[in-house]
Amino acid sequence: MGASRSRTENPEIQDLSDQTGFSSEQIRILHRRFRQLSGDEETISKENLEKIQALDKNPIRNQIIEAFFDKRNQKDGKVGSFEEIGFEQFVKVMSHFRPPNLKMTDEDKEAMRREKLRFLFNMHDTDNDGTITLDEYRKVVEELLSKSGAIGPDVAKAISDAAMLEVASINMPHMEPDDFYEGITFEHFEQILKGLEMESRMNIRFLDVDTSTMHCGKSQ
Amino acid sequence: MPGGSARWLLLAAVLVLVLPLEGTTVSETGSTPAPPRDPDHHGGHHGGNATKKAFPVLELDYDHIHTPFEISLWVLLASLMKLGFHLIPRLSSIVPESCLLITVGLLVGGLIKLAGEDVPPVLNSQLFFLCLLPPIILDAGYFLPIRPFMENLGTILMFAVVGTLWNSFFVGGLLYGVCQLQPTNSSILNDIELLPCLLFGSIVSAVDPVAVLAVFEEIHINELLHILVFGESLLNDAVTVVLYHLFDEYASVGTVTMTDAVLGVLCFLVVAVGGVLVGAVYGILAAFTSRFTSHTRVIEPLFVFVYSYMAYLSAEMFHLSGIMALIACGAVMRPYVEANISHKSHTTIKYFLKMWSSVSETLIFIFLGVATVDGKHAWNWTFVTVTVILCLIGRVIGVVGLTFIINKFRIVKLTTKDQFIIAYGGLRGAIAFSLGFLLDKVRYAEIREMFLTAIITVVFFTVFVQGMTIKPLVELLAVKKKQEAKRSINEEIHTQFLDHLLTGIEDICGHYGHHHWKDKLNRFNKKYVKKCLIAGERSKEPQLIAFYHKMEMKQAIELVESGGGVKLPPSVPSTVSMQNIQPKKPPPAERALPQLPKGREDEIRKILRGNLQKTRQRLRSYNRHTLVADPFEDGLNDLLLKKHKMIELEKKVKMSNYLTVPAAPPDSPTIARARLASDPQAYNMKQIDSVPTIQVDLASPQSPDSLNLLDELQRANQRGQSQRREQEEDEEEEEEVQGLMMRPPHRGGDKTEDGAPMGKEQRLMRCLSDPGPSAEEDEDEPFLS
Repeated sequence: MGASRSRTENPEIQDLSDQTGFSSEQIRILHRRFRQLSGDEETISKENLEKIQALDKNPIRNQIIEAFFDKRNQKDGKVGSFEEIGFEQFVKVMSHFRPPNLKMTDEDKEAMRREKLRFLFNMHDTDNDGTITLDEYRKVVEELLSKSGAIGPDVAKAISDAAMLEVASINMPHMEPDDFYEGITFEHFEQILKGLEMESRMNIRFLDVDTSTMHCGKSQ
Repeated sequence: MPGGSARWLLLAAVLVLVLPLEGTTVSETGSTPAPPRDPDHHGGHHGGNATKKAFPVLELDYDHIHTPFEISLWVLLASLMKLGFHLIPRLSSIVPESCLLITVGLLVGGLIKLAGEDVPPVLNSQLFFLCLLPPIILDAGYFLPIRPFMENLGTILMFAVVGTLWNSFFVGGLLYGVCQLQPTNSSILNDIELLPCLLFGSIVSAVDPVAVLAVFEEIHINELLHILVFGESLLNDAVTVVLYHLFDEYASVGTVTMTDAVLGVLCFLVVAVGGVLVGAVYGILAAFTSRFTSHTRVIEPLFVFVYSYMAYLSAEMFHLSGIMALIACGAVMRPYVEANISHKSHTTIKYFLKMWSSVSETLIFIFLGVATVDGKHAWNWTFVTVTVILCLIGRVIGVVGLTFIINKFRIVKLTTKDQFIIAYGGLRGAIAFSLGFLLDKVRYAEIREMFLTAIITVVFFTVFVQGMTIKPLVELLAVKKKQEAKRSINEEIHTQFLDHLLTGIEDICGHYGHHHWKDKLNRFNKKYVKKCLIAGERSKEPQLIAFYHKMEMKQAIELVESGGGVKLPPSVPSTVSMQNIQPKKPPPAERALPQLPKGREDEIRKILRGNLQKTRQRLRSYNRHTLVADPFEDGLNDLLLKKHKMIELEKKVKMSNYLTVPAAPPDSPTIARARLASDPQAYNMKQIDSVPTIQVDLASPQSPDSLNLLDELQRANQRGQSQRREQEEDEEEEEEVQGLMMRPPHRGGDKTEDGAPMGKEQRLMRCLSDPGPSAEEDEDEPFLS
């Protein structure tokens, strides 16, 4: 631990800091963690993340890991997924979980909320067609319930059907029986999750990374 | 408007009738005791010395019943007042109820005094702390929103502990300073020692949960602020108790040493943690007991109430914080108890708690008014005004200072607006008054009255001035209000999803934060605790599914309550049905269903619409025995099915256009069959030549209560035959209901035929999504069919 803290040049840190909104201290801490996970390599692959023991009990583990390698979360307009990601991409994904600060205006908060919702949306919309279809949603619910013991496939189906119905009812209240609701678009997604106030909830603290809780990437 | 004058008459009648009655009862108790009775008066005369009187046909024996009678009269007065206020439309929106009630108390007290009688010592501390306060606190604790409370626990504790300490010392200390500054001979102020001042400070600085609840209930601010102020008012009890006893103990001695201070801190920890532990233990006992109540459902609510009250009393016995015990008890037992008890018991608990806490609150405020009139007051301008000002300033400084520190640790910072509301919402109430009342009469001879007057003034000031103005201020400052939106299943799914996501990200970051520990606690809970405390299958049910069931139940009940087909429940104002969501399949060459000629469709529509509007419901009258052994608990399946058909019907039946006897769009045979199987009306599609005799079963009168929670279902042994039998019984019963009855054609086969190996849970889910027994079903069906 505390090995090659290859200091990325300060302008790079500064650049990252501007782009993502983290402070340089936070970026340094994240860099340390990155080196741990990658085993001192320059990039990390899915296997590195899969090795984290604590994630084993998490029902949506695979989606989370996928999200790191999803090009859409890099906000540069590309689609698809990476094989391996570098530190910059790692930090960009992490920046989705920054809390808002007091100085933010309402528009800033709106933008932040939209960004976080977009991250969630991308996690659900696995085929990247811009909508979450019934099947994709069903998969989400199944994954959520996957670690809860033996639940039959009907349950997830029932719940996801009900959820989908709700979304459709709220967003497109008047549909003819012949109409077909293709899937949840991003606007609809925003609409149904309006009450959850993502900008206050989807955050973690970054500065409290305690060195004593870090284990070497390999031993996890 | 005629209605308005009727209301005024009613109110006047109430006042005229009740108040003199109060007066007379008081005078009865005050009057000379009844003439001594001969012990065997009633049994006739035995001794030869007694003179014979005529046998009394009717006599008045007030003494016999006077205590319960008076209590009932006060409760009646309180309730009638509450009733009265809401009949006067505009008053209740301007003036908060608490103010009105205090005014009524003042009036009543005044009237009694005018009548020349002694005002009964209504706000005696025994009564207050043992009878009036617990229901309010239990109500608050049982329905405490755990999630926001835990998320903000640090902030709340800071405000409760540090804030109250600061306030006590600030007010007490500065008051002492002011008193010392008074010229020596002009007033008694100079004689007051430091410790009594500090004691006074500790009494008057505690934010009062009753007052806060009363006022904040009406202003509907956002959840965060509500939980902050309310949580603070609950948790500062421990601090108040310790400070009060500390200063009280040493006030006569005159000094407090360092050891005493350290002991005080220790005492605080013991009081707080001890209170919570006592509450938690009783909570777990209650949860465990509720596991076995499946056969005696009627007394389930009793366990909740009695265990909680005992927790409170046990804590009070050791001078621990009774309020914290009660909160802990309610909060700990709730998730497990709710998983175990029946739906009816749940409703009972909810309504009893609300009723008791409402009556208690009303009584407290009225008594506050009465006791004000009664007490001997020693009005001292300096003391009182300085107290009020210091309280206000102290609160503001405390909140601002603490927020500055707290914001460094919070993710979502508190804005200035928030701080203002928190400071302004620091209301004092009856607890402060009762604590003042408890002051020893001997030790604090002269100053006790002065203290009491000052306390009352502060209480009145905060309740009247702050209570009345907080609502317009909230509007003015555009503080975020509480969102009234119902919890939707999407929100629930995403809340869970978010929890797991954040835990995962924390794990990737390598940092054991908030979410990590919460996740660990949840897993521990699920693995060990739930198995012990929740009966049967429910213990394994994941939260999402439990939520989903609850939502289903609520929707069904709403549907029934809204009168069946006449009015659509507001939650489903749309025309979307499952057809819209199912993915389309490529059209086959031929249609599965023949098209209805247009004319037929219209006829059918008219008939359905006409008949739907005639639906009426009749409620059965209940007796205790029906409640206990409800035969329909076993027949729940069928009722659920019917409910589902109802929901489906609801969604499809619209005011105008298309009804649910549509021409099926070209579809693959599989989808068509699925829809046929699920679509009630479509059952009769075959007999197109005659107008189908469709009967709609809209609301079996037993549905609301028979829809016992699905745990009933799971616990009942699902025997296929009994279901069949129940269904027949069911249908016979329902003939009482006027209106249409719909029966799905009885198809052969048992409900549970498809899935012998399926566990109970699976069967349950099958029932929910299963529209009816059908031998042909072998593929998944659309859910809400």
